[in-house]
Amino acid sequence: MQYFLDFEKPLVDLEQKIRELRDYSTDSVDFSSEIKKLEKKADKLRAEIFSNLSRWQRTQLARHQNRPYTLDYIKNIFTDWFEVHGDRNYRDDPALVCGFARLDGQPCAVIGHQKGRDTKEKVYRNFGMPNPEGYRKALRVMQMAEQFGLPVFTFVDTPGAFPGIGAEERGQAEAIARNLREMAALKVPIIVTITGEGGSGGALAIAVGNRVLMMQYSVYSVISPEGCAAILWSDGTRGPEAAEALKLTATDIDQLGCVIDEIIEEPVGGAHNDYELAASQVKQALQKHLAELQELSADELIEQRYQKFRAMTVIQEPQKN
Amino acid sequence: MAWFKKSKAPIATVETKKVQMPEGLWTKCKNCDEIIYTKEIERNLNVCPKCDYHFRISARHRIDLIIDEGTFQEIDAGITSVDFLKFKDSKKYDDRIKTALKKSGDGDAIICGAGKIEGLPVVVAVFDFGFMGGSMGSVVGEKVTRAIELGLERKSPVLVFSSSGGARMQESILSLMQMAKSSAALARLKKAGIPFISVLTDPTTGGVTASFAMLGDLNIAEPKALIGFAGPRVIEQTIRQKLPEGFQRSEYLLEHGMVDMIVPRNEMKAQLSKVLSVFTKQPAT
Ligand SMILES: [Zn+2]
Repeated sequence: MQYFLDFEKPLVDLEQKIRELRDYSTDSVDFSSEIKKLEKKADKLRAEIFSNLSRWQRTQLARHQNRPYTLDYIKNIFTDWFEVHGDRNYRDDPALVCGFARLDGQPCAVIGHQKGRDTKEKVYRNFGMPNPEGYRKALRVMQMAEQFGLPVFTFVDTPGAFPGIGAEERGQAEAIARNLREMAALKVPIIVTITGEGGSGGALAIAVGNRVLMMQYSVYSVISPEGCAAILWSDGTRGPEAAEALKLTATDIDQLGCVIDEIIEEPVGGAHNDYELAASQVKQALQKHLAELQELSADELIEQRYQKFRAMTVIQEPQKN
Repeated sequence: MAWFKKSKAPIATVETKKVQMPEGLWTKCKNCDEIIYTKEIERNLNVCPKCDYHFRISARHRIDLIIDEGTFQEIDAGITSVDFLKFKDSKKYDDRIKTALKKSGDGDAIICGAGKIEGLPVVVAVFDFGFMGGSMGSVVGEKVTRAIELGLERKSPVLVFSSSGGARMQESILSLMQMAKSSAALARLKKAGIPFISVLTDPTTGGVTASFAMLGDLNIAEPKALIGFAGPRVIEQTIRQKLPEGFQRSEYLLEHGMVDMIVPRNEMKAQLSKVLSVFTKQPAT
């Protein structure tokens, strides 16, 4: 699919030129030295562009239309995947996929936001914005994982929980809140990976884990840059400025020292350039962290998770006399 | 789809007009537009005598109304917010904190302590909407969590009176994490069998609603309070529809099963005392 961001364009053009030269090459016409030169140039350009990304550009990468989504990661990381549906109360929510699978033979539960690729699927997936029943389905699956003693892997990629009449009516806030409380007390390992957009409470509702990992070009924030700009300056188009203020990139958040455990490196130019490589990077990280967590008892897992979030505090204690 | 991009603001820190505290000799009721003698409103616990509209009140005032005189012992006073991101919009966060501290005292957006309600010991946390719209950053999240932990330690019921526009944007991701931190503390309280009562007052939205405020063993609302996840404006912009009358008000939440009861301000203390005494198996008075 031909889709690229503004700042990717020079690179896309160059890659196109290289492809054309390859196509024109025959036994008698040899462009190989020319191609090599252009490839070198492309590498340099890519390194240049990607070493200087603004926070807004990183946000755009996190939302890239070709970015791998949860089901892409599932396909490339797990085996024996089967999806389960519904919250047993109201309906199924296609914006949040839940199911079971194996990681290297180890049975596990997998939960993640799911965005759509084309217009029809985007609407079907509600742009990756769950309703309360999505969060309740996720909780049902997490509790099943606990029942069967399986680790839980979650993949976060949402603009946020859906702000709609039905969502409010059915208790969006309650659904999110309950997940936060119940995840805190779950007796099995929970490993969270922010793969794209970590949009506020709608992201957090499946992101209370023993480990929280972020992909290199993912973002995680209390509010979208556009939403933030709308409130600060009554102007939603000032998202780029708000992105700078919110410091929402993986690097920014890593610097706080208490929120995430690891940044997972992405293929050069972003995960959308190589789904399999991106997935294998994620898989390695999941394996490593799961191995560490499998050393802990249920009580230790709950305690470790509690202390992890308990420490997320930056305050000034009053001066004692 | 351009409209869609503009309108996704999951945690809407609802923009807040001036706190509706009656000022001057006469006050115009926000709900019924009636001009009323301010003293009369104050005598009526800051509730409109004509239409029963509950004006927002300060945390200190709330504590006076609920906690037995002379029993309140404040905890964690003087903890202040830190501008660790150097967040700047039209004003530096640092300056916003300073201004708010000058205006509202040293509690940040919440005041916590231990006290008694008709003789029953409780730990209570009360939001101050006047302090940056009651927004929750590290300080609020920490103080709520410590209050819950104190309840655990003393085996004392915990009460939170919420009034908040949601998470505090100026602390970005760390504000979001306060939702998880405080809710995790509630998991411990629940496991220990200690009651948690959430009282939702006008307005309670965003990250506060989507964490401890909705997790009460009982959720109690003041009449006609705005209570929701997304702010009404964000919803309106997203779905491009007018919202139904009474949407996201206490009465709507009661009808939809999200709150247990609506209790007017002048009956709140007696109701809380009744609830607490039953939940902690005290003899009837
Ligand atoms: Zn009135």
